[in-house]
Amino acid sequence: MTSDFSLMNDIIAPGSIIIAQIMAVIVPVLVSVAFLVYAERKVLALIQLRRGPNIVGPFGILQSFADALKLLTKENIIPSGSNKIVFILAPIITMVLSLAAWAVIPFAPGWVVSDINVGVMYLFAVSSLSIYGVIMAGWASNSKYPFLGALRSAAQMVSYEVSIGFVIITVLLCVGSLNLTKIVEAQTTVWFAIPLLPMFIVFFISALAETNRLPFDLPEDEATLVAGFFTEYSSASFALFFLAEYASMILMSAMTVILFLGGWLPPFDIFPFNVVPGIIWFTAKIIFILFLFIWVRGTFPRYRYDQLMRLGWKIFLPLSLFWVVVTASFLTIFDMVPG
Amino acid sequence: MIIYTLSFYLFSTIAVLSALMVISSKNSVHSVLFLILSFVNAAGLFVLLGAEFLAMILLVVYVGAVAVLFLFVVMMLDINYIKLREGFLQYLPFGVLLGIVLIVELGIAFFTETFSEMSLVEYAQMPEITITENTKLLGFVLYTKYFYLFQISGIILLVAMIGSITLTLRQREISKKQIISDQNNADASKAIIKKKIKLREGI
Repeated sequence: MTSDFSLMNDIIAPGSIIIAQIMAVIVPVLVSVAFLVYAERKVLALIQLRRGPNIVGPFGILQSFADALKLLTKENIIPSGSNKIVFILAPIITMVLSLAAWAVIPFAPGWVVSDINVGVMYLFAVSSLSIYGVIMAGWASNSKYPFLGALRSAAQMVSYEVSIGFVIITVLLCVGSLNLTKIVEAQTTVWFAIPLLPMFIVFFISALAETNRLPFDLPEDEATLVAGFFTEYSSASFALFFLAEYASMILMSAMTVILFLGGWLPPFDIFPFNVVPGIIWFTAKIIFILFLFIWVRGTFPRYRYDQLMRLGWKIFLPLSLFWVVVTASFLTIFDMVPG
Repeated sequence: MIIYTLSFYLFSTIAVLSALMVISSKNSVHSVLFLILSFVNAAGLFVLLGAEFLAMILLVVYVGAVAVLFLFVVMMLDINYIKLREGFLQYLPFGVLLGIVLIVELGIAFFTETFSEMSLVEYAQMPEITITENTKLLGFVLYTKYFYLFQISGIILLVAMIGSITLTLRQREISKKQIISDQNNADASKAIIKKKIKLREGI
């Protein structure tokens, strides 16, 4: 060891700060997953003129915690025909990836664990990796329905990633940087949802497909595939898949807010709006997008698989490609290219 | 700085070990998964080098798309392992030859200074960076200095894509293709025909 190395200054001090930061992000995310599940059940119940959970705690608000406790105390069954290591790894990978992406999300000015230059690329990379949890789960289960679900999911996520990529490129053209903080700051004058409205819609629908939510939840289509890729999972490993799905839902909402709805920025930079702290704006916008997710689930029927593929490849891909060209040409002609 | 050194050894050890597992594990799906692990660790090494854009591109393109399709194919294949091992000795000299060529080339890159002032690695070192983000720097170089090469590589990819489409496209006699406009224009009066069927004759 070199003489200037000290355990305290080089490992413990920075390490504990990093761990504290990670905890400050992950714990609120996990708690909000519990409340998101509750909110989803409640909103769906209201849409369908039911009451929803109303027994555990006031207004049934502790229902998710009761469910989580129930899941964790159940027996964890590993099918004898499964590939055990991969079977156990799959939910862990899914969960880790859906939490790892939060490292680059800016919650308010300066409130970000890692303010890297390629923040958007990092988010895109992590969301494209999350496919592995699904494929590994489907393959390792060694059973028909999970495998079919995994194949569907893989094809679906790869298809919609392409148009998400093009949508991100249009936003980047207007910003001139891949840093998420800079993307938010570039929306001070106008949120990108207004000039890039079609791309906002494409992104939102692709986000539904990317998170395997209704109307695109074919990987876990209960009418044809039992429960899709996590048919064989039980107890804690099922809970991990469940948590990961909702965490990535919140993540995609956060991404939509950062790319199109101005992140932590208030809608107008005038008195009553700009005294509200940025984190509250950010949270409020995320809740709005999550409400849209649930609303869509309560309103639309499930797509058929070929319709899903047609929408992705024949409508969204040409449309988003066209908008990349239009945006680039517009910025060049009017000499508005940033950076 | 000790953290960077530790993470370098972490990433490189896992990368090398998983690369070994790619060629030694018995299950081919495990091999692909180890290959992916190796890619991810290579991306970590890129980040340590300060090439964060390359790292993310490696993740998005190779891990997120290419390896997924690769995994697909391998999962679908019905591989007979005993039959695979049969030709091992037959292919061994060829493999060894490839390995030797690779090692010699790497050696040339590192140890050319015995013949000239500097080795190839030093000669090809990164230029002075004036723009801070390497994404911008890469774009700047790609679209100015190497513009034609960049376009040519794009065309090569396009040709490859068209080639693979023409190879797999086959017009079936009875196509089950769905025509959306026909479906939307369909109405009950055209879809249903009433027929009076005589007894014991059928249609």
